[in-house]
Amino acid sequence: MATKVVMEALSPTMEEGRLVAWRKKEGDAVSAGDTLAEVETDKAVMELVARSDGVLRKQMLPEGATVPVGALVGVIGAAAEDISALVGGPSGGADVAAPGVGAGRTARTAPGASPEDRSSAAPTPVPIGETTPASATGRVFASPLARRMAAERSLDLRALAGSGPGGRIVRRDVEAAGAQAVALGAEAPERLLAATPGAVRAVRPAEPPGAATAAGAPGAIRAGAWTASPAGAPVPGAAITTGARAPQPALPASAQLAPPGGYRDVPLTQIRKTIAKRLGQSLGPIPHFYLTSEIEMERAAEMREQLKAHGEAYAVSFNDIVVKAVALALRQHPAVNAAFLDDRIRYFGDIHVGVAVAVEDGLITPVIRTADRKGLAEIAAESKALAAKARARRLTPEEYTGSTFSVSNLGMYDIDEFTAVINPPEAAILAVGRVTEKPAVVDGAVVPRRMMRVTLSCDHRVVDGATGAKFLQTLKLMLENPLAMLL
Amino acid sequence: MSLVTYRDALNQALREEMRRDPGVFLMGEEVGVYQGAYKVSRGLLEEFGPMRVVDTPITELGFAGIGVGAAMAGLRPVVEFMTWNFALLAIDQIVNSAAKMLYMSGGQLPIPIVFRGPGGAALQLGAQHSQCFDSYFANIPGLKVVAPATPADAKGLLKSAIRDANPVVFIEGEMLYNTKGEVPEGEHVVPIGVADVKREGTDVTLVAHSKMVGLALKAAEELAKDGVSAEVVDPRTIRPLDVATIAASVRKTNRCVVVEEGWPVAGIGAQVVDDIQREAFDWLDAPVLRVTGADVPMPYNKHLEKLAKPDVPKIVAAVNRVLYRA
Repeated sequence: MATKVVMEALSPTMEEGRLVAWRKKEGDAVSAGDTLAEVETDKAVMELVARSDGVLRKQMLPEGATVPVGALVGVIGAAAEDISALVGGPSGGADVAAPGVGAGRTARTAPGASPEDRSSAAPTPVPIGETTPASATGRVFASPLARRMAAERSLDLRALAGSGPGGRIVRRDVEAAGAQAVALGAEAPERLLAATPGAVRAVRPAEPPGAATAAGAPGAIRAGAWTASPAGAPVPGAAITTGARAPQPALPASAQLAPPGGYRDVPLTQIRKTIAKRLGQSLGPIPHFYLTSEIEMERAAEMREQLKAHGEAYAVSFNDIVVKAVALALRQHPAVNAAFLDDRIRYFGDIHVGVAVAVEDGLITPVIRTADRKGLAEIAAESKALAAKARARRLTPEEYTGSTFSVSNLGMYDIDEFTAVINPPEAAILAVGRVTEKPAVVDGAVVPRRMMRVTLSCDHRVVDGATGAKFLQTLKLMLENPLAMLL
Repeated sequence: MSLVTYRDALNQALREEMRRDPGVFLMGEEVGVYQGAYKVSRGLLEEFGPMRVVDTPITELGFAGIGVGAAMAGLRPVVEFMTWNFALLAIDQIVNSAAKMLYMSGGQLPIPIVFRGPGGAALQLGAQHSQCFDSYFANIPGLKVVAPATPADAKGLLKSAIRDANPVVFIEGEMLYNTKGEVPEGEHVVPIGVADVKREGTDVTLVAHSKMVGLALKAAEELAKDGVSAEVVDPRTIRPLDVATIAASVRKTNRCVVVEEGWPVAGIGAQVVDDIQREAFDWLDAPVLRVTGADVPMPYNKHLEKLAKPDVPKIVAAVNRVLYRA
């Protein structure tokens, strides 16, 4: 019997995926477990595997296409089997956005195809009860009001979590998403829309609401991604320029963001979208406060040099030393190794340190697990391997989820000090600056010393000022006296 | 303004219209000498005499038919049924004669008649005497159906009904007769087909008519304590229904619960929900829910009877569901 291949949720937060490359051609024999295609999730490039044996009869997507989780990707069946029933289904490619056009939106980018058209042309194949979770079918359940509000605010319903029965997205979910956009500090689309409500309505009768949705990426993200192009000329690789945009129903928001000189819109990559969403969940709702401490790194630097003299196998970075010290300090201060969970605070038994790694178009935090129980060499080796995998976009979900505390280091970019945004649900993150020689006063004399500034961002719901300060004191003691790490 | 009972407000309307128009007369069981089973016609026989306040035998089909004939002949009869349960015997005259005559005579025979009496359940009157027929009559083209909730609406709408050129089914509430409310002094006419917002709110619309308005207002009080602002819309007239006012309210609140005393199947609430889904689809944040009488003959047992009727907790529960709070 022929079976559908659908876009699977390959990471815990994945809502849509981009088909990077097919690994099987139409007509190839496949067995369950074979890799069919490579898919870029919001975090990494993952493998989509076959779930049944047979022949890959049909590829429903071109390489580069982005579709929501649950969408039809291909069909596996016997060589001579009639698969027209499956291929003609509602997800039969209709939901595909051509690569490079729009912001990864789906069927709504099709000109003239309003959501109404779509639903009448593509009847749902299975009866859907109230309890059917939306993700099981790839369909988004939202109240009519929520759909209209989302269209007016240029919010993508697929990016929202529904709190109604069966995951139905209702008014409060859209409002919460709007509030989050404001918290991100970007231009909130509803604020701009509010300036010209008539214009919004004027657009609607002529243009299907779906098209209006396609014109705007989720509001806050859109504003963030906007940049001015130097001369107003079409930029290679840029999806849309002022002129090319004409047929699109321009939202008032985008109109206000179109200064003379043109601009270019760069579609958000999956990782960029996730970053925007996750950080919006952090700085908005989490009450941050910051503690900065200056640490003398003379002994740590000497230790590093002495170790390195024994060969590459003994080479450790300042960051590895910081990770080790952080893990040991957390063991003494379990109150910082915690998470705020609405009605309780969870203190973690193990210490898993996330290490922020800059990748081409974003950042990701691979995790050094049980770092307090690992030696420096082990931490250094693991850190190096994970960073390399991160840059190659090959991290698996197990490698980048589950950290209980994070470290972000911008020392290699000559940053003296900075504040980092907490990686929810963690309660704190340490921002590490560069190690640099500074004049220090020792016994009444000014002498050069290698110094490093660290800033701890704390979730005040979990960590109080003194709690965070004591943790930093311990960290400082260990870094200034690396031998203390042996105790 | 003066504080008047529902029954006295109806009495005022009858008296004023009988004084204004000599063609208006009242007919029914016990309306004259006994002054009405519910004392709505108190003092009318004394003022207008037996030609205009006519006691009839217990023959609903017969006197309803005489009423229709009188209307054909140019009078404006008001036919009182002791309750609408008894009007089932007269339904052929109401549906087949009164409602159809204008149409079937090619516009030659308007029937300006009012059929009135109490509808719905009172307390422990048993299955045959505890019925709500609002939707029966609302189903018939050619009839208007009015069901006021307050003394002021009762007076103003009965005056409109008597002056209307069409047959009007006027359904009062047995449990409402003794309720008091402010009624404007002097001429007070309420147009047929216009709803009234009995309480303003922002979070949910409660649509209720007749006796259910009181329950809806109590439920709104309860909900207010819980921070929920409920709007209560009383259509007052079931046919024609003021869909515009109901839809405007739902567009504002995004959620709706329809409360009715009658049975659920093909009830008034079913019609209201149909109108809302068409007129306010894009404003709905939740399916519209209904609170109705139970789908059973009314039990005589008082505990079961209570369970079979809509009440404040049932309305509050439905509101919580449309607010996704349940």
